[in-house]
Amino acid sequence: MTEARAAAAQAAAAAATEAYQRIVAPLIRITGDWTLAEDCAQEALALALDRWPADGVPDNPGGWLMTVARNRALDVLRRGTVERRKLRELAVLALTAATAEPEPEEIVDDRLRLVFTCCHPALPLEGRVALTLRTICAVPTPDIARAFLVSESTMTRRLTRAKTKISEARIPYRVPTGPALQERLPGVLAVLYLLFTHGYNPDGEPAFADEAIRLARLLARLMPAQAEAHALLALFLLQHSRRHARRDAAGDLVPLDRQDRARWDRTAIDEAVGILSGLGGTGLGGTGLGEPDLGDPALGEPGPYALQALIAACHATAASVPDTDWRRIADCYDRLAELRPSPVIELNRAVAHGYAHGPAAGLDLLGRARAGGALDGYPLAIAAEADLTARAGDRARAADLFRAAAAHAHSDVERRALLDRADELREASDGAAAA
Amino acid sequence: MKYLMFVCTDTEPDTDPTPEPDVNLWVDRHDASGQRLMGMALAPKSTATTVRVRDGQTLVSDGPFAETKELIVGFDLLECADLDEAIEVAKAHPMARGGRIEIRPQADWDRS
Repeated sequence: MTEARAAAAQAAAAAATEAYQRIVAPLIRITGDWTLAEDCAQEALALALDRWPADGVPDNPGGWLMTVARNRALDVLRRGTVERRKLRELAVLALTAATAEPEPEEIVDDRLRLVFTCCHPALPLEGRVALTLRTICAVPTPDIARAFLVSESTMTRRLTRAKTKISEARIPYRVPTGPALQERLPGVLAVLYLLFTHGYNPDGEPAFADEAIRLARLLARLMPAQAEAHALLALFLLQHSRRHARRDAAGDLVPLDRQDRARWDRTAIDEAVGILSGLGGTGLGGTGLGEPDLGDPALGEPGPYALQALIAACHATAASVPDTDWRRIADCYDRLAELRPSPVIELNRAVAHGYAHGPAAGLDLLGRARAGGALDGYPLAIAAEADLTARAGDRARAADLFRAAAAHAHSDVERRALLDRADELREASDGAAAA
Repeated sequence: MKYLMFVCTDTEPDTDPTPEPDVNLWVDRHDASGQRLMGMALAPKSTATTVRVRDGQTLVSDGPFAETKELIVGFDLLECADLDEAIEVAKAHPMARGGRIEIRPQADWDRS
């Protein structure tokens, strides 16, 4: 294939996929039948992928797809005999190519409604994630199945069950309003977060991170008053900004303190910092991440995603580990520990306090975090104690602790890194004793 | 769309000390709105009888058909536009806090 043809095929695929995502939501709304809507949209997509590389992308890709999908839906409905299908047929007839012109608000709203339907708490969590990927992001079922380590038939059943429940229990196709929105939004954000981490984890599907970012952008744009939606987008951008630096040539994870910060994506970081500055209400003391707006009660206290994004922003904007604003990070962890108490948050909080207020403060908090036993045998907890102990001056004990952490390490790379630290400390400690 | 609300006990009721809503007010409010078609509380499980017919034989036995810790203590039949509306009605019932409520839609045999 020549370069020009390859480029044409790529452009056609991109345009078709983008248009697909815009037509599927209105098709579902009008037909009230997810399977029918998806089947017809898929057929239209396949036809587009076949024709557009040679014929060129039409002026109105969404309209083209919508016309094909709509005609296909009418064919199917006309074969049906049940009265209600006749009613739906009338509704589908009203769907015109104009419905899918780029970005009329109704189409965008349709996608938001679809997000809330796919992420409805009455669906099992695994079904919510799968449905979001399949219906909103148009990820093919085999790809979703592979990413979640299940067979294609299992994933198909999972999707079918979710769609059946939406239809039979009549889960509405609507964005909740008022107090219901505040109840539902965290669940939607949690699904996006799961999607993102699945793209971000070592064995994950990188494309899912991009999909999560696109959806977070959509939510932030459509729900401008929801600070946590903006914060989630900022958090994604900040974590994503390190994607080129977080693995070495062998593909192993590089810890934050050893990453080449020049390889962090500055454009993404700048965008995230801009978003966080715009939120205000973070009330965490100004350190260049935008003026805190303590006086605006409408914005309220920062939520869990805002706090995590602020922590990530402190790391992303620091020139080095010692230059990091650890006091601000420690403040954020204090609040996060109140909102979302968990042993891992408490561990990170202890580490942050260790940098911000000295190793003794860190060791004190670490002792309290480990009191419940949830962190027993967790290598990062032992390594944190080792690091704090070393900085407190007891290098021999710190070396022993790094060795103990290495015994619990989850990977060879982690074990080697911990043993290296132990050896460095042992040498320094022996050297000091000999002198 | 009709939904049946099974009102059940739960081994871990709400520990929030604020008083639970009054069930009579709940009934009055949702009868008035047209969302509650009918419903009733049920006598204790010691009064339950199970009936089966096998090969033309009627088998009558004592007790509920399944031994579980959570018991159905009542039911209400709702008429709601969709699941979210049914959830709003169910969550206002005192037993949403004192126990749990299961919402089941009517079967739709028309659907292909």
